[in-house]
Amino acid sequence: MTSMTERHKTLEKNVTLLGIAALGAVVIGGVVEIAPLFWIDNTIEKVEGMRPYTPLEQAGRDIYVREGCYVCHSQMIRPFRDEVERYGHYSLAAESMYDHPFQWGSKRTGPDLARVGKRYSDDWHVQHLKNPQSVVPESVMPQYGFLADNDLDVPDIAANLTALRRVGVPYTDRDVKMALADLKAQADPEADAGDLEERYPKAQVRDFDGNPSRLTEMDALVAYLQMLGTLVDVDGAAAQEELASERGR
Amino acid sequence: MVTVLARAGVWLVVLFLAVIAAALAADGGFAIHMAIVALAAFVCLWFTLRNTDYAAVSRGIFRMPVDEGRYDDDPIRWGVIATVFWGMAGFAAGLFIALQLTWPVLNFEPFLNFGRLRPLHTSAVIFAFGGNALIATSFYVVQRTCRARLAFPGLARFVFWGYQLFIVLAATGYLLGITESKEYAEPEWYVDWWLTIVWVAYLAVFVGTIIKRSEPHIYVANWFYLAFIITVAMLHVVNNLDMPVSLLGSKSYPLFAGVQGALVQWWYGHNAVGFFLTAGFLAMMYYFVPKQAERPVYSYRLSIIHFWSLIFLYIWAGPHHLHYTALPDWAQTLGMVFSVMLWMPSWGGMINGLMTLNGAWDKVRTDPIIRMMVMALAFYGMSTFEGPMMSVKSVNSLSHYTDWTIGHVHSGALGWNGMITFACVYYLVPRLWGRERLYSLRMVNWHFWLATIGIVFYAASMWVAGITQGLMWREYGPDGYLVNSFADTVAALHPMFIMRAFGGLLYLAGAVVMVVNVWATILGKLRREAPMRDAAYDPVADRPILAPAE
Repeated sequence: MTSMTERHKTLEKNVTLLGIAALGAVVIGGVVEIAPLFWIDNTIEKVEGMRPYTPLEQAGRDIYVREGCYVCHSQMIRPFRDEVERYGHYSLAAESMYDHPFQWGSKRTGPDLARVGKRYSDDWHVQHLKNPQSVVPESVMPQYGFLADNDLDVPDIAANLTALRRVGVPYTDRDVKMALADLKAQADPEADAGDLEERYPKAQVRDFDGNPSRLTEMDALVAYLQMLGTLVDVDGAAAQEELASERGR
Repeated sequence: MVTVLARAGVWLVVLFLAVIAAALAADGGFAIHMAIVALAAFVCLWFTLRNTDYAAVSRGIFRMPVDEGRYDDDPIRWGVIATVFWGMAGFAAGLFIALQLTWPVLNFEPFLNFGRLRPLHTSAVIFAFGGNALIATSFYVVQRTCRARLAFPGLARFVFWGYQLFIVLAATGYLLGITESKEYAEPEWYVDWWLTIVWVAYLAVFVGTIIKRSEPHIYVANWFYLAFIITVAMLHVVNNLDMPVSLLGSKSYPLFAGVQGALVQWWYGHNAVGFFLTAGFLAMMYYFVPKQAERPVYSYRLSIIHFWSLIFLYIWAGPHHLHYTALPDWAQTLGMVFSVMLWMPSWGGMINGLMTLNGAWDKVRTDPIIRMMVMALAFYGMSTFEGPMMSVKSVNSLSHYTDWTIGHVHSGALGWNGMITFACVYYLVPRLWGRERLYSLRMVNWHFWLATIGIVFYAASMWVAGITQGLMWREYGPDGYLVNSFADTVAALHPMFIMRAFGGLLYLAGAVVMVVNVWATILGKLRREAPMRDAAYDPVADRPILAPAE
């Protein structure tokens, strides 16, 4: 052991060597754990149905991020009997493949939201967001009535889609070009949605906040909540068979 | 005169650019932030043009003595004041959000809702309170252990003030809803860039001082500080690779998504704990515990082994935040195994700290500062046992997503980081201000007990809350159905949340006592009080116990 302490003196007398050695020690773990996720194919199993968010859903997601919803709500159902019964099929890696940033969360002060889409009516969501205690008396959730008062104000939604495209979300040129029109059309039943539903399958087009005359932040957030977990048909027979054959990744 | 003009010119350019950016901003939040930058530049310009000696101002308000010795202590004095100030802000924010979880009517939409205040609390405590403590103590320790004056004095001041600007931008950002939503890395892209610049300057000052040293060896505390600075730089840069939507707007999207995003984030998040809150604070321990105890570090060999194994193993532990998620199994298992191994070097550090008191254990009775250090190390030991235990997948299946995690974090943050920082502040203030002693040692004792009892309330209530929550979620009735709705589990936690808030109140009260004590010490007051020492000698009690009591 004397030799170890003797040899260590070289490091103790040279800050450059000490710094390089320390950096080396801390780089290894990250490289071994993180790098393979980018090239091991089965990290993200391919599933049918995943598509990028519509401009309105993405705007709602940005509000979800802005308000810090992830602080109390997870979006990651673990493969346990109680969680699957309470929230639905366990979450698949592919379901968050377009999530920049991911919203898996780390704490459930409120319930998981990974599959909350279409479980409640729009009216329920609006009422619940305005005054959570009016529908769930035990709730400790803050009130978000201001979302219904604020017009949805995204400076340039096409720029948001462009930025997302740069980090790897496969928006087409037409998606970017049509971004603003899509944003407005999805929450307005009177407007002509064009090919919105072809480019974004399963997109829900309607007024979400109960006030058709305005496009509010409430529209966007409810549109996002109502699509969560609805894209992949996890409970279909084919999907179940596929998942059952999945071996330890 | 020329240098004054040059400096004023720089501030003017910054002011000008910030005003333009504020005017052209894509969103209101970015405009407010640029206005804050413009204001900061204006204040600097004002000071430069008036040729005000800001050191003189600080000597007036904060009674800072002139450094005549060999060390440059002004940035450290500022750092100590900032530590105490941000500590109060962080603890108060914590108490407030604890009360919000108990009585949701305390949410004031939109700016003071829980979702925006919670990152404010965590960042204020970790980065503002902890970060200032780390920067201040590292500048203090590196000068003493290298017997060299701080390198690049101007840059050291830039590090301090630049870091405060980072804190202000981050904190106001959360209230305005400017966030990347990555826990403990919430600030947006331009604030991240700013922090990167400040951090590189910090590295330069720290390493520069080590290079100037007149001691042949680099002291062990400096290894830990160096590893902390380098690793945090690496983590910060990789986890904040973002694509801004507009260079004049606050919004950005991170480069990594989904699974990869989650693992990069928790690689960052866990090592923010491992390097910011552990390696950096162990550095504080390695200097201040031996100094206060007036004993050498217990084992040099243990320092070497535990330093290298700690920094090597910590990095691997991140995936334990993602057990049973969509992260591949092999990564989860790897994270678990390394987390359990991490127990050993963690306790190596605790043992090295505690055993340093060999031959000085009587000071636990007579010196409340030593008592704080011992309690800090005890909490460090407890948290670093609890952590590996919670990272075991079967335990984690119960504890994850519950308040158990919150309790675990706080036994580490309040017990280890808080207590060791308070002890260092009490050590530093009389020395930095040239006072004979602290204003009051008895107030330190009050602080110690308020904080300790506060932590006990906090941790115990969160254990009960977390396990209750976890068990209620998975409870099945004889009919084979889930017994509890989610709302039932929320209602069941109410009493524990009240107890937690009470614990936080006690902890905050202890910090208030510290503020009074530190302020009075800075003013040069000495409280006349009976000294803290052993109980009076009683000859009757001083006899050997001959036989065990029946």
